[in-house]
Amino acid sequence: MRAGIVIFPGTNRERDMAIALRRSTGHAPRMIWHRETELLDLDLVVLPGGFSHGDYLRCGAMAAHSPAMSAVKKFAARGGYVLGVCNGFQILTEAGLLPGALLRNASLRFLAGDCHLRVERSDTAFTGHYQRGEVFRAVMAHGDGNFFADDATLDRLEGDGLVAFRYATPSGEVSEAANRNGSARHIAGIFSPNRRVLGLMPHPENFVDPLLGGEDGKPLFDSLAALAA
Amino acid sequence: MSGRSVTESLARDFGLTAEEYGRVLAIIGRTPTLTELGVFSVMWSEHCSYKSSRVHLKTLPTSAPWVIHGPGENAGVVAIGDGLAAVFKMESHNHPSFIEPYQGAATGVGGILRDVFTMGARPVANLNALRFGSPDHPATRRIVDGVVRGIGGYGNCVGVPTVGGEINFHPAYNGNPLVNAMTVGIAPKDRIFLSAAAGIGNPVVYVGSKTGRDGIHGATMASAEFAADAEEKRPTVQVGDPFTEKLLIEACLELMATDAIVAIQDMGAAGLTSSSVEMAGKGGVGIELDLDAVPQREAGMSAYEMMLSESQERMLMVLRSDREALAQAIFAKWELDFSVIGRLTGTGRLVVRQAGRVEADIPLAPLAEQAPLYRRPTAPPPAAPPLGDVPDPIGLAEALLQLIGCPDLCSRAWVWDQYDATVGGQTVKRPGQADAAVVRVEGTRRALALTTDCTPRYCAADPRTGAAQAVAEAWRNITAVGGRPLAITDNMNFGNPEKPEIMGQFAEAVAGIAEACRALDFPVVSGNVSLYNETQGRAVLPTPAIGGLGVLDEAAQAVGIGLGAGLDLLLIGDTTGWLGQSLWLREITGREAGPPPPVCLEAERRAGDFVRAAILGGGVAACHDLSDGGLLVCLAEMALAGDTGLRLAAPPDDLPAHAFWFGEDQARYVLAVADGQILIDRAQAAGVPVRRLGRTGGSDLTLPDGVAISLASLRTRHERFFPSWMDPAGG
Repeated sequence: MRAGIVIFPGTNRERDMAIALRRSTGHAPRMIWHRETELLDLDLVVLPGGFSHGDYLRCGAMAAHSPAMSAVKKFAARGGYVLGVCNGFQILTEAGLLPGALLRNASLRFLAGDCHLRVERSDTAFTGHYQRGEVFRAVMAHGDGNFFADDATLDRLEGDGLVAFRYATPSGEVSEAANRNGSARHIAGIFSPNRRVLGLMPHPENFVDPLLGGEDGKPLFDSLAALAA
Repeated sequence: MSGRSVTESLARDFGLTAEEYGRVLAIIGRTPTLTELGVFSVMWSEHCSYKSSRVHLKTLPTSAPWVIHGPGENAGVVAIGDGLAAVFKMESHNHPSFIEPYQGAATGVGGILRDVFTMGARPVANLNALRFGSPDHPATRRIVDGVVRGIGGYGNCVGVPTVGGEINFHPAYNGNPLVNAMTVGIAPKDRIFLSAAAGIGNPVVYVGSKTGRDGIHGATMASAEFAADAEEKRPTVQVGDPFTEKLLIEACLELMATDAIVAIQDMGAAGLTSSSVEMAGKGGVGIELDLDAVPQREAGMSAYEMMLSESQERMLMVLRSDREALAQAIFAKWELDFSVIGRLTGTGRLVVRQAGRVEADIPLAPLAEQAPLYRRPTAPPPAAPPLGDVPDPIGLAEALLQLIGCPDLCSRAWVWDQYDATVGGQTVKRPGQADAAVVRVEGTRRALALTTDCTPRYCAADPRTGAAQAVAEAWRNITAVGGRPLAITDNMNFGNPEKPEIMGQFAEAVAGIAEACRALDFPVVSGNVSLYNETQGRAVLPTPAIGGLGVLDEAAQAVGIGLGAGLDLLLIGDTTGWLGQSLWLREITGREAGPPPPVCLEAERRAGDFVRAAILGGGVAACHDLSDGGLLVCLAEMALAGDTGLRLAAPPDDLPAHAFWFGEDQARYVLAVADGQILIDRAQAAGVPVRRLGRTGGSDLTLPDGVAISLASLRTRHERFFPSWMDPAGG
């Protein structure tokens, strides 16, 4: 499994993501500058967290128009796997690879710290090493993670089984208290229709080491590592 | 402004005394230009020259075998093993944070980050020590909100985890909050970049953001008291751009991997003036600047304005002349301005040109050597009268509930939840999990242990003891996670040094720091002095904030404060029931009285060395040092952090119960261990006081008389203050 990480000006979680990928795949991912367009050798492209272009426009809006994202769109259209986390998820929605938008958190404050995610399906390339209904811990660190889409889109996402994760309590209960950023229908992550593009707000890459708070996020990377090249 | 003629009266407006202006005239040999007067006034301001503090700071211990660079560089540098060095410093941004809390705090973070990556280090952790006015004061909420948002807004964006710090409230900070920001970075120890310029003819290069009219004379503002019109000083506050800072970090580190840089310095206080003067001065060379080449945000700026602008996210470098193109390409990749704005010369002078005109021509050696240096009069601080007996008015359980919920002891989760503590993927212990933040050094098994400490009410009652206590507590917090304390950075926040009682506090505090640093082998490697923290004649509490750094050879050996079930609880260290200046005294009886707890550095060292050895030997499940609130508060914090109850044994009968449980004697730790007797035997053999406190388990904190306080009720009280005060609607 060959992975690459796209770095935009202002990206800041590329090192965390590289650590997680290396831990599961056994080798270092390729670091791709946002002006590069050559992704042919890759099976997986990751858009990591950060504040691309400072997020001074809408989060992810500038990065969505970068040369690398044109290549990522073609890569996804060919059936390549794409993972966007936090700012990466925002970029995927701005680029039209995933529906909806990430609004300012309902509390109007930046939210960091642990959250719990319930796995909505385990038959995907990203979630194969989780069980359906399993709850895992991840950290959140965002100011704009409040997932929004119109009701028709939300109905379609749910009807087509494209909701990847929901915010939940540690025991798996989907509740308002667990949904700290106010996301529609508690949605923390969604798939593209072919389930080869995943965007999510919290950071599974920060929990891949027992020393650093646990390995709750590792199954996601193990699932990807198990993909045939 | 550029039209104003230079007179002694203008010099006074710029903060120079008549005597200091006389020296300027003697050095220049004519009436200075406005730009020259600006350069002298900022370089000789308290903020840049340390003219009131230098004679005292020289007495601090600054060396140890592991110290690579002590004070005098942009930040301190210590060896941490594996060929690596930790680079760190703490710096205040108090005055700007009062005038404009968000930008003041944000640019405080930005400035201290630059001090660290200037030296070639990748920043890996931020901490901040914050002091706010009384929660009842009408301005405090707005200031807390702005400062917390500012720290988060900058640190989160730039991608450096905010892993620790402290917050106190006191009416003495009503008109003068303190915002002290600390950054820690990691660099190869043989690749440290310094600021001394060298190589006549080498290009002087400006990189980063464009220069605008913001922050002009910020350093002068930070060198005077506030009057009632403080808010009118808003134009002197700078505006931060963390995105540009992020690019600047990456571009500088990329360039630092080459051999292009001869010297580098960030443009902090006094901007282009101090960076160019310091680089040339340290290198003993001259420097010529052509201001027309400086990237500018707005048209029509005068030389005076450009030399004094404190626009953020700018760096000045001296490059090898054959590496200009290489450097330019790196900055072009990161889309940052890059401009050759001058050359080094052999004249020993700073020459500034604009539109072909010489706007300043100043000999650098006298500018530095004849800078004012004052041994200001000091008045010894009055000794606090003894406290005497204080009866317990409300009992242990009620006192614990009140203390654990009071603004100085309640949960800071509302604050931490706005700071990204995990970016970088190396955070082993986050805020609230341990006495010190623990951050692994990427690519190694080692970790840094980081803390900031100061108990200002102790310092107010006895500055020498209080300052020594701040150093001791930093040393103890590092020890309590298993770390080996290496060095400190000190951030001295005091009032007006022209008042003998304030200078007396300062001198005593420096003496206290020096004593503690010597006794604990914990030298000062960097620091910052912030004076004139007064509004309308009222000074802040003397606040010598200490940033401590230690190292663990094995990150996996770090312990936190959270309890598990089935453990013995032991108290290490001697308890006399010291209630003077305790939080119990203040919160329960409404008094701030008595002397602070004495600091016995030998006892501190003995207890700490014992605790560290026990942690590294394995078998210690949790450890927490004793500080604000004393023993019962310490135990409650451990229970809440681990969500595990405990049952306490009877206290000694020779002390009043409230003095035993809430006294703030120093040099103490609580350990949770599987088998208490083994450690008791070892402590006794080592001559370290030890006492069995009880056992862990259940979901209550049960007092010796059988009264049980549920963890749920403790947690409710602990977590209530910040959300209900700051977001009363529940948002």
